[in-house]
Amino acid sequence: MNKLLLIVQREFIAKVRNKSFIVMTFLSPLIFLGMSFLIGYLASINKDEATKIAVYDQGNVLKGSLKSNKETAYTDLSALPFNVAKDTASKSYEGLLFVPKTASVQDLKEKVEYISDESASAEFIFDIEEVVDSILTQDNLQANNLDIAKIEKAKVESSLKLSKYSGDVSLKGINEIKIGLGFLFGYLIMMFIIIYGNFVMRSVIEEKTNRIIEIVISSVKPFQLMMGKIIGNSLAGILQFAIWAIVGISIFLVATTFFGAETAASSMSKANPEAMKLAAQNSGFMTKLPLYLNEFRNLPIATIIISFIFYFIGGYFLYSSLYAAIGAAVDNETDSQQFLLPIIMPLMLGVYIGFFTVANDPHGNIATIFSMIPFTSPIVMLMRIPFGVPVWQIIVSLILLFGTFIAVVWFASKIYRVGILMYGKKPTWKELYKWLKY
Amino acid sequence: MGFIFVTKALSLTLITTKKYVIMNNILEVKNVVKQYGDYTALNAVSLNVPEGSIYGLLGPNGAGKTSLIRIINQITLPDAGEIILNGEKLNPNHISMIGYMPEERGLYKSMKVGEQCLYLAQLKGMSKQEAKKQLKYWFEKFEISTWWDKKLQELSKGMAQKVQFIVTVLHNPKLLILDEPFSGFDPVNANLIKDEIIELNKNGTSIIFSTHRMESVEEMCDYIALIHKSNKLIEGKLEDVKREYRTNTFQVGVMTQNIEGLMYQLTQKFTIGQTDFKSLNDDLKLEVQLGNHTTNDLLSVLTQNGQVTHFAEKIPSVNDIFIQTVSK
Repeated sequence: MNKLLLIVQREFIAKVRNKSFIVMTFLSPLIFLGMSFLIGYLASINKDEATKIAVYDQGNVLKGSLKSNKETAYTDLSALPFNVAKDTASKSYEGLLFVPKTASVQDLKEKVEYISDESASAEFIFDIEEVVDSILTQDNLQANNLDIAKIEKAKVESSLKLSKYSGDVSLKGINEIKIGLGFLFGYLIMMFIIIYGNFVMRSVIEEKTNRIIEIVISSVKPFQLMMGKIIGNSLAGILQFAIWAIVGISIFLVATTFFGAETAASSMSKANPEAMKLAAQNSGFMTKLPLYLNEFRNLPIATIIISFIFYFIGGYFLYSSLYAAIGAAVDNETDSQQFLLPIIMPLMLGVYIGFFTVANDPHGNIATIFSMIPFTSPIVMLMRIPFGVPVWQIIVSLILLFGTFIAVVWFASKIYRVGILMYGKKPTWKELYKWLKY
Repeated sequence: MGFIFVTKALSLTLITTKKYVIMNNILEVKNVVKQYGDYTALNAVSLNVPEGSIYGLLGPNGAGKTSLIRIINQITLPDAGEIILNGEKLNPNHISMIGYMPEERGLYKSMKVGEQCLYLAQLKGMSKQEAKKQLKYWFEKFEISTWWDKKLQELSKGMAQKVQFIVTVLHNPKLLILDEPFSGFDPVNANLIKDEIIELNKNGTSIIFSTHRMESVEEMCDYIALIHKSNKLIEGKLEDVKREYRTNTFQVGVMTQNIEGLMYQLTQKFTIGQTDFKSLNDDLKLEVQLGNHTTNDLLSVLTQNGQVTHFAEKIPSVNDIFIQTVSK
């Protein structure tokens, strides 16, 4: 055990002292920030140029219902003869919205036409349809002699109260938080496995190419060396993540205290209906914030954190021992590609299944099955846990994960043991299988 | 056979003290078998390495030397057979007793020399303080104390070799196993290392050399074993093996007026061959195989016909024995 500690220590120090590690640790938050600013900036430029849409309202039914905003600018060309308007629109507008003159307004139901060579965005179509709908509805109401004002007044917007058998109140928006939280953890595990698994592999290859490996394993068991590498590298990784988390949180805190109030105010002042609506939603969110926080507190935080730790350890060790075996089997990184594919596949599968099935139905069959399969469970189960997973499922999944982990480590250490002493040839799958029996 | 000689020596010591017999061999390899899939790398190989000896483990490439050495170093396990080191069955505690310099050797390129040596010494079971003390001794001995904080990649190849050797012997191993020790060493370093090995041996370290370079064996080893195609073919004291392989051939040099007469008389009794030893004043230089005659028979023929200036038994070189056995 003492030797394992020595190896862990050396691997950790070697990794942490590495220039690329230091640079990556301090540069990547900066790169990340820079990228977000760049994206934000580009998006803001993009918004400045509103899509120009020409409107030809023959019967003057719209009566200013279409309001230009940041995204779209409507220009009324109804004064021109239709052909001229169409010609102008085709030349200098994105498209032409044609509202024909009909005998009855109700005839417009399926006659409003949008002419453009560019396909219209779903949002735009929805907006236009909404405007037309409301005009036609109002017309219908008037035709039936109903008092629109009274009807508007009579309208009620209800809200479904969600609660659990325990009596706790749930919030609807909390689902997004749950999805976000689950994905964050699942994604974090995947990234960590890929990045640090690769580091483990590189470290193994380095010992092989330096030809020090035989000297080391004449002093320690190959298994100890492998585990030492895996643990040492993961500790370096955890340190890196910790630094990022601290930097991230402090930047977030600084940013919100300095700029938070200002941006909120500015968005309010440039009031247009859309922004107002958004602001209203925001203020609604603000009033609900304590509720959200409460709900957040009601999330199985302890379960999430404890299972994150277990799935993190299980998943990372499972995969990084495979990375170590691959490193041992090959002489250089280029040769490793063919063996890496089967490792990355289940990871990607886990993430995709998480994105597509867990979000829709966190307790559906697919999500449940893949949260049991050890190669995907660290990702899929973590995505499910915020939605509340029965404890027995977590336990079964963890038993499967750690059982497989032990089997895989055994299997990997066999390949590792043989591979580290093999030089000069690129092994085939068949040879790897043979090594298991040595 | 030399083998008989060894048993005799053993039975002699057996009478004196029993403990001595056990301690007599630093390493005993008993019927060790190692297979890789269908390929047999070691076929029931047995070896006895006497304590305090320099033991040459010879064999062509692929004979199984490295497989055996890896088993002794507990890098791999034998499929059958057992290894006795220092009187005990091989166990993890033995790691600190063995110093191993593999054929494929190197060090961490981006690690500092001193830290690297400390790390490897600690892996061998030394405490940090002890390792530091020993390192100081060796660094001063090799006059490389200034390299402590240098990274290995800043050193030349020759410099790195010195560090490599220090790493091997730092923990004062009782048994030193050197696989092709001089390959890759420049002549100056090779000599330096050779002297160190001999000094270590004088201080009681047993040494196993694995090599296919015969000159170094001839010069340094007192025991040899030959492994070929997974089997041990020869083992014993160097002189005994040589005695075993001698062909009763003598190299003679004679000053004579009567070359033809002498040649005639010699061919009657002996088998005669060409020779190539260096001499200044011989009229006739020959290699004579005695057959069932004695040296005196040969000498009498020679002295009757001239002045004997050179007379020496042709001792088979390890190289000869090696080639002879391997090509059999």
